[in-house]
Amino acid sequence: MKFDFDSDVPIFLQIAEQIESGILADIFAEEAQIPSTTEVSVTYKINPATVLKGMNILVDEGLVYKKRGIGMFVASGAKEKILSKRQQAFFDTYIVTLLGEAKKLGINKEQLFKMIDGGMSDAK
Amino acid sequence: MQNSIEVNNVTMSFKRVNALKDFSVTFEGGKIYGLLGRNGAGKTTLLNVINNRLIPTAGAVQVDGMPICENDKALAKIYYIGEKQLMPEEMKVKNYFDATACFYGFDMPYANRLAASFGLNTSKKLKSLSTGYSTIAKLITALACDAEYLLLDEPVLGLDANHRELFYRELLENYAKKPRTIILSTHLIEEISRLIEQVVIIKNGTLLLFASAEEMLSMGYSVSGKADEVDAYCADKRVLSSDSIGALKTVCVLGKPQNVSDSLEVTALDMQKLFIHLTNN
Repeated sequence: MKFDFDSDVPIFLQIAEQIESGILADIFAEEAQIPSTTEVSVTYKINPATVLKGMNILVDEGLVYKKRGIGMFVASGAKEKILSKRQQAFFDTYIVTLLGEAKKLGINKEQLFKMIDGGMSDAK
Repeated sequence: MQNSIEVNNVTMSFKRVNALKDFSVTFEGGKIYGLLGRNGAGKTTLLNVINNRLIPTAGAVQVDGMPICENDKALAKIYYIGEKQLMPEEMKVKNYFDATACFYGFDMPYANRLAASFGLNTSKKLKSLSTGYSTIAKLITALACDAEYLLLDEPVLGLDANHRELFYRELLENYAKKPRTIILSTHLIEEISRLIEQVVIIKNGTLLLFASAEEMLSMGYSVSGKADEVDAYCADKRVLSSDSIGALKTVCVLGKPQNVSDSLEVTALDMQKLFIHLTNN
């Protein structure tokens, strides 16, 4: 997990995002246990109330569930949910920023398409 | 009120100065507080009043609903470490642990474990400890005692970066196992900004801010861009400070960003920067 303490995104949201990313990358598999509030708190020196607030977002969204006295586990179907949520957010988080930067640099539509096309074939 | 430290209208006057002026604040149980203020703001005076080492000129302090003044039962709930070492300087560290165990419930195996992880030799005399190790010895007694309220004044005084890091981890681990009220008074604001749940800022003996760490961090932001555009944006806002380098201007603004044009760049302010702006004269 990595936190950007200079970011204007509150830490509790970053905690939720980081665990989501972990689930997406199969670091935390479905039905597997995620780190406890204390572990995250001690490792990253973050107040446990903040960590818990982040974890509770995941619980509320049904991505993670609590087993009393044991800990928190990744719900089945969580990865799929996160994937579709992030796909929906892709436009706002990436495309809008991309277009803004392209405009600043005077990159036109054609050039941009060409770059995306080139980037996509490199990735293959 | 149960499970809290209540400071009610406390005034503390010394010969020429009023260190605290009609000061009121309530520390609720089970939270970690950051007590911040510039040099001479009144932080240590407040902690001394809470712990009955100073008797206020006016006002009173209650712990779990009991007056603190000359009250052993209330005082036993509080453990306070400050800059001064009040134990005899000829005393050995291990005897300092024993002495603490006479007044409070004390986890000796844990204290010895902590001493080993910090590399503190418990056979040494208190007077032979360096500034850092003197602080570490005090911190260990605080962590290992069972007081419900820990008041830590300058808890990392003289500690190197490695030991500060270790202390913050041990503190959180301790807090996870045994949640209690911890008041940290320190100048190293950035190091504790994510550790604390609540922020209390004292300025000139009065309460300047009482907010959650999250609320404080969302109090302000900075905007930078072309000077005339920045000025236009800030025209109706409360500006904390501004810096110009050529035509580039950066302004710290109180409040939340609203309708910022794309040509301006908005960034978050960290707790230390906000503190500096809020407490500057």
